[in-house]
Amino acid sequence: MGIEVPALAGARAGVESYDPAKHDPYFDGISGELADKGFVVAAADDLITWARTGSLMFMSFGLACCAVEMMHSATPRYDLERYGFAPRGSPRQSDVMIVAGTLTNKMAPAMRKVYDQMPEPRYVISMGSCANGGGYYYFSYSVVRGCDRIVPVDIYIPGCPPTAEALVYGVLQLQKKIRRTGTIER
Amino acid sequence: MNWRLSDETLAALGESAVAGSNGAIDAFSVAFGEVTLTGQAARVVEALAFLRDDPAMKFHQLIDVCGADYPERARRFDVVYHLLSMTKNHRVRLKVQTDEDTPVPSVTAVYPAADWFEREAFDMYGIFFSGHPDLRRLLTDYGFHGHPLRKDFPMSGYVEVRYDDELRRVVYEPVKAVEYRSWDFLSPWEGADYAKPGAHGLPGDEKAGKGA
Repeated sequence: MGIEVPALAGARAGVESYDPAKHDPYFDGISGELADKGFVVAAADDLITWARTGSLMFMSFGLACCAVEMMHSATPRYDLERYGFAPRGSPRQSDVMIVAGTLTNKMAPAMRKVYDQMPEPRYVISMGSCANGGGYYYFSYSVVRGCDRIVPVDIYIPGCPPTAEALVYGVLQLQKKIRRTGTIER
Repeated sequence: MNWRLSDETLAALGESAVAGSNGAIDAFSVAFGEVTLTGQAARVVEALAFLRDDPAMKFHQLIDVCGADYPERARRFDVVYHLLSMTKNHRVRLKVQTDEDTPVPSVTAVYPAADWFEREAFDMYGIFFSGHPDLRRLLTDYGFHGHPLRKDFPMSGYVEVRYDDELRRVVYEPVKAVEYRSWDFLSPWEGADYAKPGAHGLPGDEKAGKGA
């Protein structure tokens, strides 16, 4: 046991080797700049992608057991909303679609319709083996062999079902991808 | 408390079902602590109405209607009705036989719950139910071809879907993306002969006891 956080300790204050005197030099720089000049200079693209990563509303396309893990990740234990990643009931107000579960042939046109209703920029997270490539139902007569046959996918999360942590990690990867490739050009 | 009924009780139940059904139920058998009745497809409504209404039976609840496919038989399908008597704490199973063309009378008039069960059996096996109020497919895709639970239905079906960028819709195509694997591997429980009686035993057994 390397690090033990005692009960009722502040978030990081009780962590061994945590030194409040040591600050992240990057944030120190920004803080200094703010105190000095009163403003920070950044590229507009960076600012916009930063804002985008901070308010990703996701269209929860829960199709099977993966949906339960998706719900877990939104509940207080994993609390995806602290990343601004919140569930949204309508595709017209969503930025991300999480395809969580087995996509059947019968559901495929419906899913495409939901995807088409989402405004740009839009992202798709494929969650679980079934959505990634058919998974367990690869040989089935009624299952689409990967939801990337229907919609373009940004992030694939492996697992059957993936844990809520895996989904959170996938969301962080998506934010990373948006920061890396995001642009205001249409 | 053990709720399992003795085979004698079950046999008596089956016997009285056969005797009281006026010939609609042909025979019964008892296996694994369960009664199975066999009847004639044409008189299944009569048989189920008897099982529901007879004061000795009181099978008021229809648990399931399903099909079963035996391709080697002339009448290849079984239609299986599972019944529960809440008052008597009995369960019973009624089987009738049919083929692809002969419809089985729908039992929706006796048990309204049979509606979707019969639709499912029609969807999965292509068993027809005459007198059903709305005999459509229940589970499979719109415009689906074939009946998936028949033994001669190919595992991966006939069509697969993908989104076509030019047509801007989901299109159906003949199955071609499936990479079939060779499932013909030797099972250690079935194909191996070293464990059979009279064989020399497991590999490495000959070493045991030599140096000891």
